[in-house]
Amino acid sequence: MSGGTASPQPFAPTAGLLARRRRERLARGVFLAMTVLMILPLAGILGYLVVRAWPSLSWSFLVEAPARGMREGGIWPALVGTIDLVVISLAVAAPIGVLAAIYLNEYARDNWVHRVVNLAVITLAGVPSIVHALFGLGAFVYAARLGYSILSASLTLALMTLPVIIASTREALASVPRSFREACWNVGATRWQTIRAVVLPNSIGGILTGIILQVSRAAGETAPIMFTGAVFYKAVRGGTLLPYRLDEQCMALSMHLYTLATQVPNVRPSIPYATAVVLLAVVLLVNAAAITLRLRVRTRPKW
Amino acid sequence: MIPPDDLAIETRGLNLWYGSFQALRNVNLRIRRGIITALIGPSGCGKTTLLRCFNRINERDPNVRTTGEVRILGHEIHGPHVALEELRRHVGMVFQRPNPLPLSVYENVVFGLRVHCSAGALTRDELDAAVESALTEVGLWRDLRDRLDRRATDLQLEQQQKLCIARLLPLKPELILMDEPCSALDVEGTHAIEELMFSLRERYTIVIVTHNMAQARRASDECVFMLLGELVEHRRTADLFLAPSDPRTAEYIEGRYG
Ligand SMILES: Nc1ncnc2c1ncn2[C@@H]1O[C@H](COP(=O)(O)OP(=O)(O)OP(=O)(O)O)[C@@H](O)[C@H]1O
Ligand SMILES: [Mg+2]
Repeated sequence: MSGGTASPQPFAPTAGLLARRRRERLARGVFLAMTVLMILPLAGILGYLVVRAWPSLSWSFLVEAPARGMREGGIWPALVGTIDLVVISLAVAAPIGVLAAIYLNEYARDNWVHRVVNLAVITLAGVPSIVHALFGLGAFVYAARLGYSILSASLTLALMTLPVIIASTREALASVPRSFREACWNVGATRWQTIRAVVLPNSIGGILTGIILQVSRAAGETAPIMFTGAVFYKAVRGGTLLPYRLDEQCMALSMHLYTLATQVPNVRPSIPYATAVVLLAVVLLVNAAAITLRLRVRTRPKW
Repeated sequence: MIPPDDLAIETRGLNLWYGSFQALRNVNLRIRRGIITALIGPSGCGKTTLLRCFNRINERDPNVRTTGEVRILGHEIHGPHVALEELRRHVGMVFQRPNPLPLSVYENVVFGLRVHCSAGALTRDELDAAVESALTEVGLWRDLRDRLDRRATDLQLEQQQKLCIARLLPLKPELILMDEPCSALDVEGTHAIEELMFSLRERYTIVIVTHNMAQARRASDECVFMLLGELVEHRRTADLFLAPSDPRTAEYIEGRYG
C-alpha cells in the first residue's frame, strides 16, 4: 500500500543489480552450453555407430563365427573371449582389491608403510595399459610360463584393474559415517565385527559399483591382451558356450575391432561398426547393471 | 573424602596431547558412583576429550598421546591386561548426534549382546527379554513394541537418542558417558532425556558433558568446571553455582566467557 508521499521504493532493483543479473544469466548459459556440448558428441557417436552398423546387426551376427577371412559371418568367438577375459580378471582382482582396501581403510595405521602403499596404489592406477601389457608379457607369459593364453591375458587385466578397485573400494568404505563405527566400538565390537555388521552392509553398493565399472575397462582395453593372449583369429564353432581352454589364446572384441579396421582388406564396412556397437552394448549393459545393483542393495546384515 | 569403594572414576595426573597440542593438563578427578556428574566449560576446553579417555575411544586417533592414570571402579584401564572391548562394555557412551546403527530397532538394542556372545549362545527369548527390558527402561517400549523391525534411523531424534541409551543397557554397564546428548534435540526431547537420566541414576553412574549451564544445574548432582584443559573446580552442583570458590568459575557461570 503506498502512503501519501511518493517515497522512493526501497526494494526496487538498482542498476548494479540489473548488471549482476545479466552476468548471472550469462554464467548460467555458459554452464548449460558446456553440458550440452558434452552430451552432443556422445549422442553423435552412438547414433553414427548404430547407423553405420545397421546392415550387419542381427542375432546371427552375435552367435556365428567369422567366415571367409572375417569378411563375413559374426563375432561369437570374440564376444565369448571378451567375457572370459573379463570374468577371470575380475574374479582375481575383485577379492584381492576389496580385501586390501578393507585392510588399508579399516586396520592400517597412518605410518610410512601405509603412505608408501597408498602412493603405490595411486601410481599403479595411472600406469598406461601398454606398460601393464609389457609387464604381463614378461611376468605371466614368460616368467610364470603361462604362455600366450587366456590366463596370462586375464592376469594382466587383473593387474591393471586392481589399483582402481582398491581406490574405489576405499572410497566406498570411507563414505560410511564415522559415527556408525563409533557406535560399534562403544559397545565393545572388534574391528572385524564392526566391518561385518556395519561397514560392509553400508558400502557394498559402492564397492560392487566400483568393481563393475572395471568391467568396461577390462572389456575395452586392447594393448594388455594383445601382448599376452589375444589373437586375430581362432577357429571356433559359433554358438558354443565355452569354446576356449584357459591355456589357449582367444579372440576378443576390442582386438577383433582393431583387426577388422586395420588388417583385413575389403571388409564390408558395416562389420567393424557392428562389432563396435556390440562392444559398446556390452559395456552399457554392464553399467546399467551396476546402477540397478546400487539402487537395489540395501542394508540387511546377517549374523 | 570419598571412600574408595564409592569411586566410579579416578584420574591422576592425566595429560593428553593431540600431536603437539596439549588438550588435557594434569587432570585429577574423582567421580562418585551412582550420581550424575556434569562436565561444563567453554568450547574447546577438553570436555569431550576427557570423557573419551574414560573408555579409551580417543586412542583410535593415531596422534593422541596420554600420560597419567585413569581408574574405573578402582582398576587402572591402561594396564596390559585390559581389553578395550570389555572396558567399553562396562563404560558405555552416548554421543552428541544420536547414532543408531542403520539396522532395525530390535537389532540396535541387541547389538551389544551379539557382539559379546558367540553366535547361537543367545536364545530368541533371551534377546526378546533384553529388548523389552532395555526399551522399557528408557521409556520407548510402549511406543515401539509393535515396530521393533523399523529402521532405527527413521525414528524421531529424541527416540533415536533414547535408543542409543537403550543399546548400552543389555550389556549392564556401570558407567554411562554422555557427550552433549541433548544438543540435537528440541526442548521436549531435552526434557525427556533429563527425566531418563534421573530414572537411570543410582543404577548407573552418569557423566554428562553439557554446554548448557541451566541443564547442568537442573540435571546433575555434582559439577566439574574445566578451562583450557585444566580441571578448575569440582563441587556439588548447588554449591558450585551458588558459591563458586574459584574466580574463573564465577566468571564463567556469570557468562563472562564461553
Ligand atoms: N582429533 C583432534 N585432533 C586435534 N585436536 C583436537 C582433536 N579433538 C579435539 N581437539 C582439540 O582439543 C581441544 C579440546 O577439544 P574437545 O573436543 O575436548 O573440547 P570440548 O570441551 O568438548 O569442546 P566443545 O564444547 O566445543 O565440544 C580443542 O582445542 C580441540 O581443537
Ligand atoms: Mg565436545
